[in-house]
Amino acid sequence: MLTKFGRWVSLVPKRGFSTSTSFQKGASEEGVKSMNLCSAINQALHIALDTDPRSYVFGEDVSFGGVFRCTNGLADQFGKKRVFNTPLCEQGIVGFGIGLAAMGNQAIAEIQFADYIFPAFDQAITDQFCFQIVNEAAKFRYRSGNQFNCGGLTIRTPYGAVGHGGHYHSQSPEAFFCHVPGIKVVIPRSPRQAKGLLLSCIRDPNPIVFFEPKWLYRLAVEEVPEDDYMLPLSEAEVIRQGSDITLVGWGAQLSTMEQACLDAEKEGISCELIDLKTLIPWDKETVEASVKKTGRLLVSHEAPITGGFGAEISASIVERCFSRLEAPVARVCGLDTPFPLVFEPFYMPTKNKILDAIKSTVNY
Amino acid sequence: MALSRLSHRGVGSTLLRPFSARPISSDATLTIETSVPFTAHNCDPPSRDVATSAPELLTFFRDMALMRRMEIAADSLYKAKLIRGFCHLYDGQEAVAVGMEAGITKRDCIITAYRDHCTFLGRGGTLLEVFAELMGRREGCSKGKGGSMHFYKKESGFYGGHGIVGAQIPLGCGLAFAQKYSKDEAVTFALYGDGAANQGQLFEALNIAALWDLPAILVCENNHYGMGTAEWRAAKSPAYYKRGDYVPGLKVDGMDVLAVKQACKFAKEHALKNGPLILEMDTYRYHGHSMSDPGSTYRTRDEISGVRQERDPIERVRKLLLTHDIAAEKELKDIEKEIRKEVDEAIAKAKESPMPDPSDLFTNVYVKGYGVEVLISSNYTALEFYRRMDIFS
Ligand SMILES: Cc1ncc(C[n+]2csc(CCOP(=O)(O)OP(=O)(O)O)c2C)c(N)n1
Ligand SMILES: [Mg+2]
Repeated sequence: MLTKFGRWVSLVPKRGFSTSTSFQKGASEEGVKSMNLCSAINQALHIALDTDPRSYVFGEDVSFGGVFRCTNGLADQFGKKRVFNTPLCEQGIVGFGIGLAAMGNQAIAEIQFADYIFPAFDQAITDQFCFQIVNEAAKFRYRSGNQFNCGGLTIRTPYGAVGHGGHYHSQSPEAFFCHVPGIKVVIPRSPRQAKGLLLSCIRDPNPIVFFEPKWLYRLAVEEVPEDDYMLPLSEAEVIRQGSDITLVGWGAQLSTMEQACLDAEKEGISCELIDLKTLIPWDKETVEASVKKTGRLLVSHEAPITGGFGAEISASIVERCFSRLEAPVARVCGLDTPFPLVFEPFYMPTKNKILDAIKSTVNY
Repeated sequence: MALSRLSHRGVGSTLLRPFSARPISSDATLTIETSVPFTAHNCDPPSRDVATSAPELLTFFRDMALMRRMEIAADSLYKAKLIRGFCHLYDGQEAVAVGMEAGITKRDCIITAYRDHCTFLGRGGTLLEVFAELMGRREGCSKGKGGSMHFYKKESGFYGGHGIVGAQIPLGCGLAFAQKYSKDEAVTFALYGDGAANQGQLFEALNIAALWDLPAILVCENNHYGMGTAEWRAAKSPAYYKRGDYVPGLKVDGMDVLAVKQACKFAKEHALKNGPLILEMDTYRYHGHSMSDPGSTYRTRDEISGVRQERDPIERVRKLLLTHDIAAEKELKDIEKEIRKEVDEAIAKAKESPMPDPSDLFTNVYVKGYGVEVLISSNYTALEFYRRMDIFS
């Protein structure tokens, strides 16, 4: 099914990402264009709608482009029957998407802010439940002749800090969804990644929550292939090679982590930086191989530390690499407070906090 | 600093005296007809004749003009980057906040969404508390920790200030249940927008309120847009007062402060006797949805200026004051001048208010003394946070 669309690309950037122009181009010789993350998402949606007549984009205000303009122009090109506004009702949006997907369609739902995904949480879980019944419970699948499937559902939603978003426009709820087997959770770090990963998500036969780092919508600009390409899910990427410590992160946090790596390098510490990309199911092997080499691990995310996905990574790596670890796994994350309005810099896992943790882990 | 405390029963506002050339002793009852009739669903509408008085009308004028000025000032502060985060302004809708207060008491509860500055002021909040909160300062009504969307005032039954669309409606039912259980003879007004009216939570709340006869009044502030979406694009039936089905409803001109007052009085009596009621306030917001919305892409400028010219709640009262010879044009202008000064002074004072202490980042997450500590990161304890402030920025 997947190969029907586009092509798979395995891009190994030599360095940097969010504003990097130095990456190996894929097999295709088609053009690349410099664009921001928002336009890359927009392009992916264009391609998705163009290549599959049974795909739909819907959500609050999406036919006008959505609050972040990611869906600009889609309604004009593909019509209001395939790109449409929903009323303000997140539970309804996702539930509707499940039904649409169960009829064999690609339902691409937008939840305006990840902070508003909670009314739909129940539906998202229902969704995986339905998926599990259909795909795991063999007898039921047999009886229905495998007719039903709600894997065509992709929920796009902007997450994370923007500098002054306050309590309800800044949260990173990815860990909640990682606790639900049957849903995939994917978070891109840059425009090129966003386009390739989103197309993979839309075409993956599993329900997926795709979190978009809204801080990077306009900020991250890079060369993006203009054609239809996909990046593999559940494949982490080493975006910076190093030998003293492994850093694991995803989304917007990676650029902060990369700055910490550069500062650590000046002090003679060689950091390996890994972009997890898919949180569930995640690529343990890549992280494991790296930690076996460096002997140290640091995980960083914006969500509060307790119960964050960093805890899962930490536990898994301790299980797999116990004898190779030379220091406790470090987690540099959001604080265990509500996302604050006035104290955002204190709350955030900033470069200095990461650098400090790198040093104390290396000198353990 | 707060709104004038003049009640519709009361006499002699100290705030008003300086502006009034003639003695406003004429608190004799005036009867004024509402702009348009009420439209009722499953109930008999109240009379269109609203009892008021000269002092009350002046209070309405002053309070609404103060709210308007405050919101315009907030707009400038936001543009000057002195207010961060999200900020939703209420100008245009003032008659709802002011008329509602005139029809109820502070023992009644109000709960609303994020467009809450003026509702807070109506509940007796001060300008200083407003501006300090907007700028994230210690003297703000939520100690600077809430910001624009999170205003509260417990003493006068204002339960805020909620950022998640629709979430406050079932909360309002909980408040009303508590009021009923403790035989308070008070009611709860739960406000929500036309956009929020499409959330499932509203219908769950309606059923609960009706099932248990709760003294809850669900107030749909229909400003006709939920962000950029016109009501008719999002609602099969934009007759929000009817959407309670078995719950009675009343459609009110929300730009007519007297109609709002009449409706809220009526609703309170009804709710205490018979349980919930929907009030649909037909109103309009002049500003865009929030500060990032110019407010002109999904509606015409003509539409906005039309409402300003024909339905503006402040202008309506100004006209009443003039035609009933209660105040002269100049006196009203003076009131507006005075208001301007009051707002500027409050802003100056708010700017002097310090930012919250960094330790406030960790307070109010849990109740102190119940064995809960804030975990800062696996590398730092709360204590180290203070020792290592250098790495925290
Ligand atoms: C659950 C949820 N979904 C989406 C949003 C984003 N949002 C904030 S206000 C708003 C529009 C609400 O419109 P309406 O209820 O009419 O109230 P108004 O802004 O007009 O006062 C939206 C979509 C939110 N805050 N919460
Ligand atoms: Mg509205």
